[in-house]
Amino acid sequence: MMDPLNLAGSAIILLLGTAALALFLGRKQRLLLVAGFVLSAVASLSATIAGVRVVGWSTTSQAIMSIGLPDLPFHLRLDPLAGFFITVVGILSFVVSIYSIGYVREISKQRPIGRLVIFYALFLAGMFMVIIADDALFFLVSWELMAAASYFLVLFEDERVENRRAAFLYMVVAHVGALAILLSFGVMSGLATGFEGFHGYTFDAMRQAEFPAVWATAAFLLAFFGFAAKAGVIPLHVWLPEAHPVAPSNISALMSGVMLKTAIYGIVRVTFDLIGVFPWWWGSIVLVFGLISAVMGVLYALMQHDLKRLLAYHSVENIGIILIGIGLSMIFRSFDFPLLSSLALIAGLYHTLNHAIFKGLLFMGAGAVLHASHERNMEEMGGLIHFMPWTAALFLVGSVSIAGLPPFNGFVSEWLTFQAFLLSPSLPSPLMKLLIPLGAALLALTAALAAACFVKAFGVTFLGHWRGHHQPHVQEVDWFMRSGMIMAALLCLALGVLPTVIIDWMDTVPEQLVGSRIGTTAGAFGWMWLTPVAPARASYSGPLVFLVTLSVIVIAYLLLHVRSGSITRVPLWDCGFEKVTPRMQYTATAFAMPIRRIFGFFFHIREQVKMNPQAPHRTVPGRMQYTLRIRDRFWGWLYRPLVDASFWLSRRVGRLQQGRIQAYLIYSFVTIIVLLLFLR
Amino acid sequence: MNLYPFMTEILQIMIVLGISPAFVGWVRMLKCWSQGRTSAGVFQPYRDIRKLFAKNVVLAENASWVFRFTPYLVFGTTVLAGGIIPMLSVDLPLSATADVIVLVALFAIARFFIALAGMDIGTAFGGMGSSREMTIASLAEPAMLMAIFTLSLACRSTSLSQIVTVIFSGQIQLRPYLAFAFLAFVLISLAETGRIPVDNPATHLELTMVHEAMILEYSGRHLALIEWAGMMKLMLFMALGAVLFFPWGIDVTSTAAGALRAFLFLLLKLGASGVVLVLIETGLAKMRLFRLTEFLGSAFLLATLGMLAYYILD
Repeated sequence: MMDPLNLAGSAIILLLGTAALALFLGRKQRLLLVAGFVLSAVASLSATIAGVRVVGWSTTSQAIMSIGLPDLPFHLRLDPLAGFFITVVGILSFVVSIYSIGYVREISKQRPIGRLVIFYALFLAGMFMVIIADDALFFLVSWELMAAASYFLVLFEDERVENRRAAFLYMVVAHVGALAILLSFGVMSGLATGFEGFHGYTFDAMRQAEFPAVWATAAFLLAFFGFAAKAGVIPLHVWLPEAHPVAPSNISALMSGVMLKTAIYGIVRVTFDLIGVFPWWWGSIVLVFGLISAVMGVLYALMQHDLKRLLAYHSVENIGIILIGIGLSMIFRSFDFPLLSSLALIAGLYHTLNHAIFKGLLFMGAGAVLHASHERNMEEMGGLIHFMPWTAALFLVGSVSIAGLPPFNGFVSEWLTFQAFLLSPSLPSPLMKLLIPLGAALLALTAALAAACFVKAFGVTFLGHWRGHHQPHVQEVDWFMRSGMIMAALLCLALGVLPTVIIDWMDTVPEQLVGSRIGTTAGAFGWMWLTPVAPARASYSGPLVFLVTLSVIVIAYLLLHVRSGSITRVPLWDCGFEKVTPRMQYTATAFAMPIRRIFGFFFHIREQVKMNPQAPHRTVPGRMQYTLRIRDRFWGWLYRPLVDASFWLSRRVGRLQQGRIQAYLIYSFVTIIVLLLFLR
Repeated sequence: MNLYPFMTEILQIMIVLGISPAFVGWVRMLKCWSQGRTSAGVFQPYRDIRKLFAKNVVLAENASWVFRFTPYLVFGTTVLAGGIIPMLSVDLPLSATADVIVLVALFAIARFFIALAGMDIGTAFGGMGSSREMTIASLAEPAMLMAIFTLSLACRSTSLSQIVTVIFSGQIQLRPYLAFAFLAFVLISLAETGRIPVDNPATHLELTMVHEAMILEYSGRHLALIEWAGMMKLMLFMALGAVLFFPWGIDVTSTAAGALRAFLFLLLKLGASGVVLVLIETGLAKMRLFRLTEFLGSAFLLATLGMLAYYILD
């Protein structure tokens, strides 16, 4: 058997090779399509195997590659934490690669796909490289590769203005974030070796160094800012709902499902592993930002009527839920409760895995809808369950999972997070004892609002009648796309029904990071019962909930069908009105109206009703026009001033540019004099 | 092998299935009396259900499988919930399957599918009902969890059996936080089971209905299952309040006599909670939809006060 690190390394080489191969296959689109995505799927699968084995066996392997800058070789390392994230990325990219064969085939009928395949492979390679990097240099190189490749993928349909705008915004935020990460690594590596040598850039040197409290805080805050910008934590989220929807849907699935997780990986790696010792308030920062992102993310999502934008805002929400788990884990760890800390960490990481799967599934479903109906606006859709039964059922599985309902996977990780919240009375500080359970209430609000949002998303898109003006020519998607979604849906069910098996497998990650595992208690009652701390404290049995519910359903169904009662199909009851049209159905905007009114203070809402001016009387207007604009308040509060300030500044600086050579010579002269004076 | 837990489990599910229509009949009868009307008797809901089961199903042309699957799912999750809440004995095999968070989630999944079914036909009423139901639920669920978390923090467990055992054993008695949590629980139960002042179960008036609007298109056995599940849900919430806050009489000895005694106590407590419910429903008028934020907000506030009281006083 191959060493896992070698296996992961070969996967990366295979992906880079795929990108290189795609360069030469520009003429043969069909071959390019099949070769590109099959090779990506193989590479992802082998990376997944490597990850699963590393986590399962709790091994750590390291390697040094003497490429890169002279005297600064690249370091690689695959430990359980990296293995876990490799698995997360690998599973979803495998599923999405299968889906892409079908999805990109449709695109290839309209435009050349060479660029898509090249950057797809590079994007996957970049994500795997970020995770196995073991020094700051290689990490940042891979980080930039990932960012640049995804930038070109967002820009794939570059004839539209909004796509170019979204990609630009994404690039700006990604680079501000990368700058912060670079500075953070700079602080840590400088302190690791003193500012003389260059060898502090390896993660090993940072692990061994002990940082003074102030500098450690600076490094943490910079890293958290940088990774939060990548993860789309509110208020750094504005790029996410712009960039994710405009990319092709298989790319959106990967960006939302796994690219955001590399930022989670970064946060965990820097805090738990590289810095190692931290005060409790770091954890509360992570927790508070997580809570804000969770609640606001889902509220913004409820206001959307573009299916892919809605899903993108849900990524903000789920990143929030993951950060809640990680923040709690940091708090518990800083007060030295290893068991509780590992429980919270497992909750966060489990949600990372779950979110990758169900968000991937949902974006693939949205892609299927988009591809079949050529429509992104939910207000124009409806009744798709009759045209696309497979996609509808699979999208429903994703919706139930993301809404946190048993027996699917979203519920398990939310349940674990609730358990972690309820263990907060062990903390010594009375203030935290009090405030942390309030966080649990916010999490409950988030889960309930997410359920409302997915009733809206699924109900408006797939149920009812088609709302558009023209009759739809919608067909079910092909088997490649279907099998990608089916695999993701089965994973959703498996992760929800068999949590003990998964937790037993991933338990080595908290063991590595916080020195304690929960598997001994979590599985103590047998594989059917999940008992995180003690059986008397809390227990959940996914298999039994699933089986009992299913058997009651089957018994009820059979009992009722012993006597064959016929079903009569009739037109819907119109209350005698006789002119019911599909346009009279509840729309997405109407569905969200009560919530918009209750939580309206979070948004910038402009609502206008225009009457027909030619109407004889205002009671018979004939036509009315209703416009509603909902905007993110953060844009006005945070970004508009920044944008204005930078324009103002650049105009001021622009005055230096006179266009006369004499002026420029004087600038150089003055600069040299100043330098000579101060830096002799 | 000890058969007692399995016997009580089966018995309890039978009781939930069998008694819930009578409980609803009892509430309706009391309501009739208190409003000066003649009642149809305690057993009318049984006749209603039987009638609906005997009828053929009339389905709108546009109905998909979601619409037909929902009644069975709602029924299934409600029966499972009936097996989880320790009503007769704390020694139930299904009780370890799911704790109180799972219980809330089981009701949530039933609601999720009913709301989808409401949107399936494509009428304005269905969508209106779904939208309102999900709005109310998203405000009620955090309050519900806060109220129950106060108990779980005090009892150091989210398992219902464990909470009931701790409260029953008298380790915590008559504490102020219990009162706060109980008040919050009462308000939320009204919202979750769709009673006045949140929703009126007896109305089919277009603009006020919430739950009824979603199930307007159902008929025959589908409607029977949904109605029956609704009755069970009402009874389960009353029973949950009774066992969590007044666990007296529940069987902790695991004997047949204990179970019988617990059953009698359960009947008494359900009867009393029916009276309280009718007093609330007769004394209050249905609220406007946007006044509900205040109603559910105060439930949340009470639950939070309960939690504060727990930390300050204990």
